Amino acid sequence: MAVDENLKIEMGKQGVFVTTLQELYNWGRRSSVWPMNFGLACCAIEMIATTMARYDLARFGAEVFRPSPRQADLMIISGTVTKKMAPQVVRLYNQMGEPRYVIAMGACAISGGPFKQGYNVLKGIDRYIPVDVHIPGCPPRPEALLDAFITLQKKIDAQSLTGENRPRHLNPEGQGEFPVPEQGEHDLEPPSNTLVWPAPMVIR
Amino acid sequence: MITPILARQEGWNRQPEIVPDGEGELLEVAMGPHHPSTHGVFRMDVTLDGERIIKLKPVFGYLHRNHEQLGETMSYLAIMPYTDRLDYFSSLSNNWGYALAVEKLAGIQVPERAEYLRVILAELTRIQNHASSVGFLIQDMGASGTPLMYAFKEREKILDLFESLTGSRMMCNYMRFGGCRVDTTAEWLNQARKVVAGIPAFADEFEALLTTNEILMARTQGTGILRPDLAVNAGITGPLLRASGVNYDIRKVDRYGIYDRFDFKVPLGEHGDVYDRFMLRLLELRQSVRILEQALKDIPEGPIMDPKSKIRGFRPKPGEAYGRIEAPKGELGFYVISDGTGNPYRYRVRPPSFVNLTILEDMCLGQNVADVVLILGSIDIVLGEVDR
Amino acid sequence: MKTIEEIKAAIEAAVPGAGVEIINNPSPSAQHSLLLQRETALAVAQFLRDDAELAFDYLSNVTGVDWLDKEIVEKVKVKKTVTKTVDGVEQQVEETVDETRKRVEPGYLETVYHLYSMAKKHGPLILRLRTANRTDQVELPSFTPIWRSAEFQEREIFDLYGIVYTGHPDLRRILMWEGFKDHPMRKDYVEPDDFEYEPTAHDAVAKRAQEHQAKVAAAQNGGAA
Repeated sequence: MAVDENLKIEMGKQGVFVTTLQELYNWGRRSSVWPMNFGLACCAIEMIATTMARYDLARFGAEVFRPSPRQADLMIISGTVTKKMAPQVVRLYNQMGEPRYVIAMGACAISGGPFKQGYNVLKGIDRYIPVDVHIPGCPPRPEALLDAFITLQKKIDAQSLTGENRPRHLNPEGQGEFPVPEQGEHDLEPPSNTLVWPAPMVIR
Repeated sequence: MITPILARQEGWNRQPEIVPDGEGELLEVAMGPHHPSTHGVFRMDVTLDGERIIKLKPVFGYLHRNHEQLGETMSYLAIMPYTDRLDYFSSLSNNWGYALAVEKLAGIQVPERAEYLRVILAELTRIQNHASSVGFLIQDMGASGTPLMYAFKEREKILDLFESLTGSRMMCNYMRFGGCRVDTTAEWLNQARKVVAGIPAFADEFEALLTTNEILMARTQGTGILRPDLAVNAGITGPLLRASGVNYDIRKVDRYGIYDRFDFKVPLGEHGDVYDRFMLRLLELRQSVRILEQALKDIPEGPIMDPKSKIRGFRPKPGEAYGRIEAPKGELGFYVISDGTGNPYRYRVRPPSFVNLTILEDMCLGQNVADVVLILGSIDIVLGEVDR
Repeated sequence: MKTIEEIKAAIEAAVPGAGVEIINNPSPSAQHSLLLQRETALAVAQFLRDDAELAFDYLSNVTGVDWLDKEIVEKVKVKKTVTKTVDGVEQQVEETVDETRKRVEPGYLETVYHLYSMAKKHGPLILRLRTANRTDQVELPSFTPIWRSAEFQEREIFDLYGIVYTGHPDLRRILMWEGFKDHPMRKDYVEPDDFEYEPTAHDAVAKRAQEHQAKVAAAQNGGAA
């Protein structure tokens, strides 16, 4: 359904702007990604630094940090998710309206990072919710977060509105609610959501 | 003035309970763990009678990353980068606290140049911490963005210095037992002098913007008053204690490092309210500039590591040591028990923010619910340190 | 500040039967500590805070320590009467024989308090309290009525070590969630098996990793069938 690029340029010279509904729709969405005002740990400070004058996240249309998950499109998991916090993170994710995206910022959010061996540390938030962009680093520099934003914008741009690969919010059968783990006597129950994250097998 | 403790009655070190006026129902609100003004993942279970706070129970542990348990499983040196992540605003102070404790445990001396470098870095850390904590406090009041932007503008300059010296903006991992990791250059020191020379102008601008602001005065003066006797008994340290008028600064009391060589004053508050704490941080920031000017002038040439200290395979003799420093938030102590192996048998962090929160409920009782975020902001907590 | 011996004498003069013991610290820090008895600890603490000269009005740090049962292996020389055949004649001979003896020194949980004085600007004074054992007699007196700063720190030790502080106004878990059963900072705590092992696990971790992988494989095969 893409418009021929040459035709687009030619028509543009004539003063006619040609686009598709999909491009327009994705352009609107990617230019106003509102992140949730949600800081977990050290990486949150770098996230704040990214919004400040020097790195200026506003250039990407994402400066409006919303404290309420209902108004946010993007959740930046900025720091270590502990087992005490994990149910709340999943609940907040469930409360966000579609379309919604997740950036796992920093080593802790990806895998537990340096605190991986701790008894109260969740070994990666993707055990419970799907993650769109991972940024390594401890903490990632503000430039890395900007790069993650651009990657996310590219991802949004590439989404097609119809067909098999259409995003979750356009698919009536798409999963909306993700089960919230319970805090058990020794550990979280279940320890991971196997639909989102099948436990990896190591082949020796 | 601290009144003698003997004359006290039972239960004096606890704010009396507030009786609801009986009109209407009590409302229980959970503020947090996701809340824009709790500085991270912190929760307060608040019971309200109308707007007034009847009860407030802080709930911790949402960022409990098992720092102490991990410390027991790794070598003395490997703990150093973890201390960066305690109070992630002031990683260099944390480094110093831990290095000091281990140096006491093993009896290591630090060369003079390294002592100077430590003072310079710790005071730079204090400046950026105080500037940002004031910024966050005003942000919690509702001045969205602007003061914080001013603070972060200055913070970025200091972070650039940290990055060019240590290789990282926030997690510096710079100090070692018996000195520092890499030596600095003359250019770095010149750059530091330039940054320090610019800080008084920033402080003037910041104060002109804030101190006589009518809304700020109306909201913070008389809010969250902390009595000095209660503050001492509850183990409060740092700006929070000094704002209540108790003269206790570990830089002056313990004279650790080379703090006895510098001429600086300890500012004290009079009322112990939120405004005093806010002003005290700005005054301390100016005193840090004084220390920095002296340190940057006097820094000698020489080695930065004790040649006898052993970095790898470091095994102190059995024993224990408690070392403490004046971190930007208060007394940061490290307690290390060695059993002669390469790992500490017990590694304990005495976090200032965590102990300072003891008093949160007492300061909030009877106040309006909107003032809770102010009082919390004036304590200046960092959750990495509270929950560890 | 008085030396630790002088403080000990002052305590024993003020609190009869205090039974304070000095624990030496061999490291260069030379921070020696006083071991208090559980029964008289509160009276001693009150004295230390209210005495005009000592005036330890500031309790800085409260630490829990877990000391496991220690198995001590000793070689003891024992005299024994042995029946021996010397030159074809049975004789009763006394001999010294080396014998290894094992004895178990029972473990305990310990709380360490670091005291300073804000009024006199001295310190630290280190106090220790020990429980009777690690399992069922884990009560210690709470210092919270005397120093408020112990309130959260004692709650933390209750949570992570399981020391029960009698007289604490609000003894609940603080860092872990309500309903959590273990005390994770104890040395014999077993972590839940949720570790994502690297393919290159080695040494002690390799065995744990293999067991973990076997469990994952069994769960996946079971799920498929």
